[in-house]
Amino acid sequence: MRLAAESVSLGYGADPIVDEVSLEIPDGLTTVIVGANGCGKSTLLRGMARLLRPISGQVVLDGKAVHKQPTRAVAKTLGLMPQSPIAPEGITVVDLVGRGRQPHRGALQRWSPADDAAVAEALELTSTLDLADRVVDELSGGQRQRVWVAMALAQQTDLLLLDEPTTFLDVAHQIDLLDLLHGLRETRGTTVVMVLHDLNLAARYADHLIAMSGGRIAATGKPADVVTAERVESVFGLEAQVISDPVSGTPLVVPIGRHHRPAAHPHAQGA
Amino acid sequence: MTVQSINPTAVVRGARRIPRRRRVLVAGGLGAALFGLFALRVLAGDYIITLPDFFRILGGEEIPGATFILMESKLPRAVLGVLAGLAFGVAGAIFQSTLRNPLASPDMLGISLGASASAVFAIVVLSLNGSALSVAGIVGAVLTAVVIRLVAGSDGGYRLVLVGVTAAAGLVAVIQYLFTRANEYDAQLALRWMTGSLNSASWPTIRILFVALVILLPLVAWTVKSQRVLELGPDVATALGVTHRYADLLLLLAVLLCALAVAATGPVAFVAFVAGPIARVLNGGRTTILGAALVGAVVMVGADYVAAYGFPDTNLPVGVVTGAFGAPFLLWLLASGRAGRR
Repeated sequence: MRLAAESVSLGYGADPIVDEVSLEIPDGLTTVIVGANGCGKSTLLRGMARLLRPISGQVVLDGKAVHKQPTRAVAKTLGLMPQSPIAPEGITVVDLVGRGRQPHRGALQRWSPADDAAVAEALELTSTLDLADRVVDELSGGQRQRVWVAMALAQQTDLLLLDEPTTFLDVAHQIDLLDLLHGLRETRGTTVVMVLHDLNLAARYADHLIAMSGGRIAATGKPADVVTAERVESVFGLEAQVISDPVSGTPLVVPIGRHHRPAAHPHAQGA
Repeated sequence: MTVQSINPTAVVRGARRIPRRRRVLVAGGLGAALFGLFALRVLAGDYIITLPDFFRILGGEEIPGATFILMESKLPRAVLGVLAGLAFGVAGAIFQSTLRNPLASPDMLGISLGASASAVFAIVVLSLNGSALSVAGIVGAVLTAVVIRLVAGSDGGYRLVLVGVTAAAGLVAVIQYLFTRANEYDAQLALRWMTGSLNSASWPTIRILFVALVILLPLVAWTVKSQRVLELGPDVATALGVTHRYADLLLLLAVLLCALAVAATGPVAFVAFVAGPIARVLNGGRTTILGAALVGAVVMVGADYVAAYGFPDTNLPVGVVTGAFGAPFLLWLLASGRAGRR
């Protein structure tokens, strides 16, 4: 276990948004953090990526507090894709992805063939090689998101954190992107940690699921253990049935909604 | 070229070459334009100096009339124009790209005005003069920058721009108040800090600015790699190991460049503001600090030529010309710039 939080509290003002959370991120697996809006899941991810200094407690990377390590050294191990990043005007795809090489280049070191190879690999993994000379602002939302993932991949880190990577993508592109990240764990053994909104996609792609509520961890474990009708109600305030996904066998949340609520209200639960 | 046999590394190398070629072309073109304008500024105008005479004078020969005009007016004005233009251009482009806002140039955020206000204060209240005023100007610019940065906090460009624009408005009021308190002689001296001008260009000033640029510009070149990452926003930059401390360092370098240029020429309107966007349009929409530096110098020398000879019987300060043409030119650029992408 290389990345962990030890009773960490995070926030922007006096009141912590994340309240004394301890967790361990399993190596080589995909961990997904879910929770209702404002539960602190993005804040927790930002804290783990050292974008936020903890109010108390610490985030530990490879046995040392992440905030006590040189940020450049951390950047060689830990990559991050923030929520909806904005590319500078006019930048080309290769140029943007190439900037992911920053932590691997010395102050006076020139661009090397190894950098070319790393960028090429990142573009291939994200199927964006054919976009190499295009301008990022002119790409579609799905292509752009892939390019940002490529930039994080060019950084060649063992751990990769992503904050809602599927926002603004249509459902087909969401699946594409999650497949891509899943493939990464297979081919490179990358430890992936991401925040996702869609509970069903989270249950399908996560090896390890963390459900947050009110700045604390409500449940962690395998999706099948975490996603139950009771928990969906307590964490998301959503009345739902949980059935088995006919394709993957993972839990599938089917919201009930006001108009389909039976009069007797029998809390049905499948699988 | 078949789809199957593409070598990915070669594709990357090829795609990287396109913007690089454009950058070299832009720098070369601007360099040539600057050389041409410099020659025009030095040789042409009301008093024409022939090329043979130019070299004879530089070689130490005394030609009545020509020597004085070249060595005391034309040449120092042109050289100071180039140096101050480079400094303004670099400072503006660093501010705009690091804060990711085309409005955020040091002249818009009150940095230049901070230098002016401090120098005018030194003249009117402290009765200082000479190089002490330059020191006061630089201290004023740095102080203004530090205060803006502290009030705005570390999180991002928007607050900084807001605080900076507010500071600029406040500083204008301070300068105007001080101006009303000044006696005639002091007011004359203070005026030099309120309009940008190359009219009083002198070799000692040039020497100071030159030495400062020789020290500061390599530092800028050295940190430019982190500037390219800071452009991606604070979150991505931190993730790539470049913290906002680098941004502060880079902005401090830009503040010093701007302050030194203001100390040498006064706050020449709009040069720092327009240099970055013009260079950007030429460079296919991409930021180029070197391009912005050269555009700054081209604008300064070109505008000074117009200021000196464009209007009969008057020798305008260069800031009047850059101010008058800068704003409409920028509007035109914004309106037409998108068409020139790539």
